[in-house]
Amino acid sequence: MPTSDYDPACLPDLLPLYYRRLFPYSQYYRWLSYGGVSKNYFQNREFSFTLKDDIYVRYQSFSTQSELEKEMQKMNPYKIDIGAVYSHRPSQHNTVKSGTFQALEKELVFDIDMTDYDDVRSCCSAADICSKCWTLMTIAIRILDRALREDFGFQHLLWVYSGRRGVHCWVCDEAARKLSVAARSAVAEYLSLVKGGEETVKKVVLSEPIHPFISQSLIVVEHYFPQYAIVGQELLGSKASVDKVLSLLPEDILYELLNTYQTEKNPMKRWEQLRSAVHQKRATSKKGAQYFDKEIMLQYCYPRLDVNVSKGVNHLLKSPFSVHPKTGRISVPIDLKNLDKFDPFEVPTISLICEELDKPLAAAEEEEEEVKDKENETEPGERRKIRDYKQTSLAKYVKLFDQFLDAMARSRKGEILKKSDLQKEF
Amino acid sequence: MFQFIPKVFSGVQVRDLCRPLEFLHAKLVIHVFMDLTLRPGAQSCWNRKGPSPHCFHKAGMRDRTGKIIMQFSGRRKKVTLNQQHELYGHCLQFYCQPPLENISLTEFEGFAIDRLKLLKAVENLGVSYVKTTEQYKKKLHTEFSNLGFPHREEVDDLNSNKNLVGPTEYEKRRKDHISHFILRLAYCQTEDLRRWFIQQEMDLFRYRFSMLQSKYKTEFLHKNNLKYDTISADEKSNLKDQLINSSYAVSGTTVAEQDFYKVPFQDALDLVRTRKVFLKGGYAYIPHQDIVTIVLNDFRTRLSKALALTARSLPAVQSDERLQPLLNHLSHAYVGQDYSIQKNIGKVSLEQIDPLSGKSFPLCMRQLHKALRENHHLRHGGRMQYGLFLKGIGLTLDQALQFWRSEFIKGKVDADKFDKAYAYSIRHMFGKEGKRTDYTPYSCMKVILSNPPSQGDYHGCPFRHSDPELLKQKLQSYKLAPGGIMQILDLVKGMHYQLACQKYFELTHNIDDAGFSLNHPNQYFMESQKLLSGGREVKKEAEMPQRGQENTASNGPSVPPSRQHNTTQPLDDMGDLDSYFLDE
Repeated sequence: MPTSDYDPACLPDLLPLYYRRLFPYSQYYRWLSYGGVSKNYFQNREFSFTLKDDIYVRYQSFSTQSELEKEMQKMNPYKIDIGAVYSHRPSQHNTVKSGTFQALEKELVFDIDMTDYDDVRSCCSAADICSKCWTLMTIAIRILDRALREDFGFQHLLWVYSGRRGVHCWVCDEAARKLSVAARSAVAEYLSLVKGGEETVKKVVLSEPIHPFISQSLIVVEHYFPQYAIVGQELLGSKASVDKVLSLLPEDILYELLNTYQTEKNPMKRWEQLRSAVHQKRATSKKGAQYFDKEIMLQYCYPRLDVNVSKGVNHLLKSPFSVHPKTGRISVPIDLKNLDKFDPFEVPTISLICEELDKPLAAAEEEEEEVKDKENETEPGERRKIRDYKQTSLAKYVKLFDQFLDAMARSRKGEILKKSDLQKEF
Repeated sequence: MFQFIPKVFSGVQVRDLCRPLEFLHAKLVIHVFMDLTLRPGAQSCWNRKGPSPHCFHKAGMRDRTGKIIMQFSGRRKKVTLNQQHELYGHCLQFYCQPPLENISLTEFEGFAIDRLKLLKAVENLGVSYVKTTEQYKKKLHTEFSNLGFPHREEVDDLNSNKNLVGPTEYEKRRKDHISHFILRLAYCQTEDLRRWFIQQEMDLFRYRFSMLQSKYKTEFLHKNNLKYDTISADEKSNLKDQLINSSYAVSGTTVAEQDFYKVPFQDALDLVRTRKVFLKGGYAYIPHQDIVTIVLNDFRTRLSKALALTARSLPAVQSDERLQPLLNHLSHAYVGQDYSIQKNIGKVSLEQIDPLSGKSFPLCMRQLHKALRENHHLRHGGRMQYGLFLKGIGLTLDQALQFWRSEFIKGKVDADKFDKAYAYSIRHMFGKEGKRTDYTPYSCMKVILSNPPSQGDYHGCPFRHSDPELLKQKLQSYKLAPGGIMQILDLVKGMHYQLACQKYFELTHNIDDAGFSLNHPNQYFMESQKLLSGGREVKKEAEMPQRGQENTASNGPSVPPSRQHNTTQPLDDMGDLDSYFLDE
């Protein structure tokens, strides 16, 4: 297992190699320049580095790709965060009059962290994850991705594994980058269903009518729920867990079910009984909304967003292709076409890919031909770097990133054409 | 007198402050005139009694004390009048045009204070009631008529108003208009002030717009040239189900007749936030009866731009020694005391915190303290809310660092990690890091309305953010009498969280009436300390202000006694004008 190979103590030795030979600078620069449409977009972007011993350096900024490369190779940051595009170069933020240095734009970002699900998972807690609870992330991605595309009309969503226990989403559409703080918080609240802290037991309450967004989200949750929650998490298995679920129901149903559960031990059948009890109640009740079963499913599975990360324009978020210092895993893009197959434990660690550099893979050589075509256009150093990462298991993730960037470039081109067409009409 | 003219102009032309520069060439000279002999604080010397109800018709022309300068030629006079009739033709406006007339300093001040009272009422009611309920509307309506702001759709017949006592509808509209512009001056200076002002003005606008008959709504849209795209019948029938399920107000039978407006979702954030509108491809589909949202959005955009412009030209006003203190007082009035200035700094020792948390902490802080002691950790929201509160009761930075460190290192955080990861944020709180803002403790409003707690959080308002059942258990464990607990839970149910907390104060301090209206956790603490050290006399019911009692009476007998405080609360705040102008 590659995981066991990673030793945090080796990180200082591996980082120079990673930043010298593997980090996909050109894609990275291409991403954050956004086609160079607005001036100084890359140059006014804040980067922040976490160095050895948790030394935190904010307000870094770079004028060119090579400056970024040089600085990263010099500092070898343990972690890289990306902040906003500011009105001035962040590195000079102390030299401008206070109040004029302002965060102007940033991708709309979402941060989903497994620790926020601690009250609803039985397999792990805190920073630990396993393939069982990872389903929660899959559900979160499916729900949010659909809503951001269909409801909000965004197209360029980059989903990234955070390297440890969660996922990030970078919505990169121009409209998303320009959203105000109020709009970001409205989007985040629209997408939040689970509400309340330690002093709230029932965290999801549905009311009539069920908004189309909720119905759509329920389709996803209902698809995963039986296998994930009833079988995987044994939601209706142990006494403690059953009590927790039943505490979300009104008293009459609660007692009815306590009774039936004395004889019925099969968790799946128990769930069916719960559902039919709720349905029965709904049919006979005069009160409108009685969606206790749905509320339970949502409370246990619905994505839990860290709203504060999404709200602020100047909030920092860990950069894609940054290394997670604790696990050594690279923060890599997630392929939504194969989302159900994504396994966080298969994400390469820095020690793995550094090793792979030394022993070329057969697969990498096959692709060599393809690379050669492009090579004519690139500098020799660049060429070597491309060859380098292609040798490693990082390659497929960089490829995903490339596809994402290509799609963005295409739609940018479309926009420009549309604009020039409009101009001709005048 | 004439030598004063230039001075008047350089000092107090509101025009420059309210309008973008391109309007400078406007034909009409607009300025707030002032008595030039007046000095700040000497307003009362100006003996200006009982303006005739129609004085505004002649405003700017009257030479009342011989010190007021008349500017307009006869021809211009007419233009002014017509423009004003045009301006006040509808009972609601977007405040696009600044006032076109001269007003006296006394009127300036009076208008401003009345509007401030109105906005404070809007704020207070917004916390105590759901904004769409009848109760809220009724209460706000009372405030409107008490303070002399316009609340009728028709303008009175100018001839018939002789019989009426008090200002005419027309004058009220003028007051609405002018007072809005004065407060713009006072509230444009900082981000916080602007946010507060915009929020209250928006709530006010929402209420007033929603009270309009539909005929006047349409007229308003028309007058202000607000046009929104409607969707076609085809699109409507395709989206029928989604539209029906997105809003309470849309049903299968009404969907066909209703107009739906399609706007970018950014223009309808309030509906998006609460998921009360159908979204598709980045557009919000808004049913006609929710059109207020888009109108409000327009209102906000305009106001926010206007405030930014006003702020830019503010130095001109600040150079006027008569206006500046007045505006500063006005803008200070909005938060009341912010508990940032510490007289009692260093008076609390760390050993006292445990006993104090049981005796004198409001429930929210007691809860945070308990969670901190139990978990040896608090998440960011909790650290901010509790940390700033502790700062407010007098903890020094060194004490705070020691307090948090000693607790955190009992848990998973070692001293080294604490110094690296947490000490910074505590110094930050005290204004020693980053942009060096000396942060003020959170008010109840802030605790209740912003940053609700999520998984793992203990902050927020226990009355607002707890399950009633858990709250009940907690109160029982604190040995509150069952009757008292029921009263608290009733208040919570009615969403009167601050009143519930006040009741908690009364019950835990064994008094009948707290005698203050609670709006800040640090206020709770101070009042409790005052009481426990015997330094304060307990107020009795009988001392309630007259106006408050009239008000409760008008609510009829159905109001339970415990709610009475609520009625008096906003008024109580305002009964005493001086409290607005006390230096903290």
